[in-house]
Amino acid sequence: MHQIFTVANKEFHDGLRNRWLVAITLIFALLSTGLTYFGAAASGAVGVASLSTTLASLASLSALLIPLIALLLSYDSFVGEQESGTLLLLLTYPLSKSQLLLGKFIGQGGIITLAILVGFGVPAMILYGQLGDLNILNTFGLFIISATLLGLSFTAISYVISLSVAEKSKAVGFSLMTWFLFSLAFDLVLLALLVGVEEAITPQGLIQLLMLNPTDIFRLVNFIGLDNRNVSGVLSIATNASLSYTSLFLALIAWVIIPLALAIFIFKKKTL
Amino acid sequence: MSSPLVSLVEAGKSYGQLNALNAINMSLNEGEVLGLFGHNGAGKTTMMKLILGVISPSYGKVEVMGMAPDLKEAWHCRNKVGYLPENVSFYEQLTGLEVLTYFVKLKSPTNKDSRKQAIDLLEQVGITEAIHRQVKTYSKGMRQRLGLAQAFINRPKLLLLDEPTVGLDPVATQDFYKTVDQLKSTGSSVILCSHVLPGVEQHIDRAMILSSGKLLALGTLQALRKQAELPVIIKSSGINYAIAQNSHLTQYLSNVCSNTLKVPAHEKIKVLKQLINMEGLKDIEIESANLEQVYQHFISVHELTLKAKDNGAPS
Repeated sequence: MHQIFTVANKEFHDGLRNRWLVAITLIFALLSTGLTYFGAAASGAVGVASLSTTLASLASLSALLIPLIALLLSYDSFVGEQESGTLLLLLTYPLSKSQLLLGKFIGQGGIITLAILVGFGVPAMILYGQLGDLNILNTFGLFIISATLLGLSFTAISYVISLSVAEKSKAVGFSLMTWFLFSLAFDLVLLALLVGVEEAITPQGLIQLLMLNPTDIFRLVNFIGLDNRNVSGVLSIATNASLSYTSLFLALIAWVIIPLALAIFIFKKKTL
Repeated sequence: MSSPLVSLVEAGKSYGQLNALNAINMSLNEGEVLGLFGHNGAGKTTMMKLILGVISPSYGKVEVMGMAPDLKEAWHCRNKVGYLPENVSFYEQLTGLEVLTYFVKLKSPTNKDSRKQAIDLLEQVGITEAIHRQVKTYSKGMRQRLGLAQAFINRPKLLLLDEPTVGLDPVATQDFYKTVDQLKSTGSSVILCSHVLPGVEQHIDRAMILSSGKLLALGTLQALRKQAELPVIIKSSGINYAIAQNSHLTQYLSNVCSNTLKVPAHEKIKVLKQLINMEGLKDIEIESANLEQVYQHFISVHELTLKAKDNGAPS
């Protein structure tokens, strides 16, 4: 346990030193404040937009940004240390592979969690202070928890990538491909199937397919409580179906644990 | 006689088709310094990794401090093993002290004052003035010293050093060998892996020569010299003419230099007596084969046998 904490502490401090924490927090804070106050500008009004509109745009943008940030933060975690030789050295220490991996996960996951908590939490508190609507805290609370899980999921996915390749440049390439696949390509393919092939997928089947993509689960969590007009694309069909928060959150948690377990498995098999 | 600190029994490692290391037998006692020599790809690093327990042998047995080092139960021994990898570059954005504190914390989790131990170690390797600077500003030699400081954590009982003197200036190299001698005197065993042969011979007890995964030779320098049957070189001045007249000595005469004799080791004393009794002798120099020559000898013999095998093969 002590070893995990030592590694986590180092990784967290690396995140502080590289200004990652500050940068991500600022991006999130600007995003949430901007969308809250100016999200309605498209419909001709400036001022606090409806919570529903704000959340819809915030979730759509975060579903793109958070995976990208998590992948960028962690893609070189292992391949970088492998290239510089410290990975081999660390493995000669009284430190198991899973301890090293979990330590890194806690440290880098901590950076993402803290950034999401502060970046989205503080604007939510301010908004609550202005409007006094308890609904704001509820909605943002759900948003923050699901966003954190999404971030952790992609941190774990980036470890799988970082452990599977031998060069940093390849890790960057695979990270970008992974991001593109989950954020854009997956939905496009689903949409094409829905529109192009008649009755190819039942609504129930669609929900099950969406569980294969953590960014879609994240968006579903934040869309099901919303006014339907603000949701477009594939998810508008899915949000009509009855879904429970519990099952969605369980699916998100699975998307954290399964890649993490896979990363540990790959690490154990890996020879240096 | 206590059991050896490290022992390899018919231990080998292969990666798919590639035989990285072929059935090696060796043992290392407490307080012994072993020099491990070989070209790139000879299997030096593979052998170190086997001893460190980072990889498991494909066959045979490896034991360190009485246990297989790749077992989880052997982990407590890892506090007592120091390793300096070849070409390691530490976390560039951290300061030297931060890097070393991290490694001290990982190596001795129970240590309450890891920062203090890190400072002491950095002082020992002589980079006290740079401990608060980022590693990216370090020169090659300073990085190497930082790596050594890392290997010296916890006063290891077993030290494995891969090319420890690369990038060190002569003074630092001397300091390094002094530390090795000191560790040896306190009972630590050291495995020194190197291409750079001069300078290392006074500090090692035994030498091991590897080539393409095979053990070519293992023993004290004296024993290896004997095994290699390399001649002793005797240079004299003032008696060139007398030597040329002596039929017993002319057979040893080098065909390049008229004052140089190449004498087989067992004939050395006999020849010397003869030379000393010659009138007009002004000076005499005796050179036994050094480690580099012994190394070259074993490598070239090995290459010749390989070639012979290739030619003899029916394909």
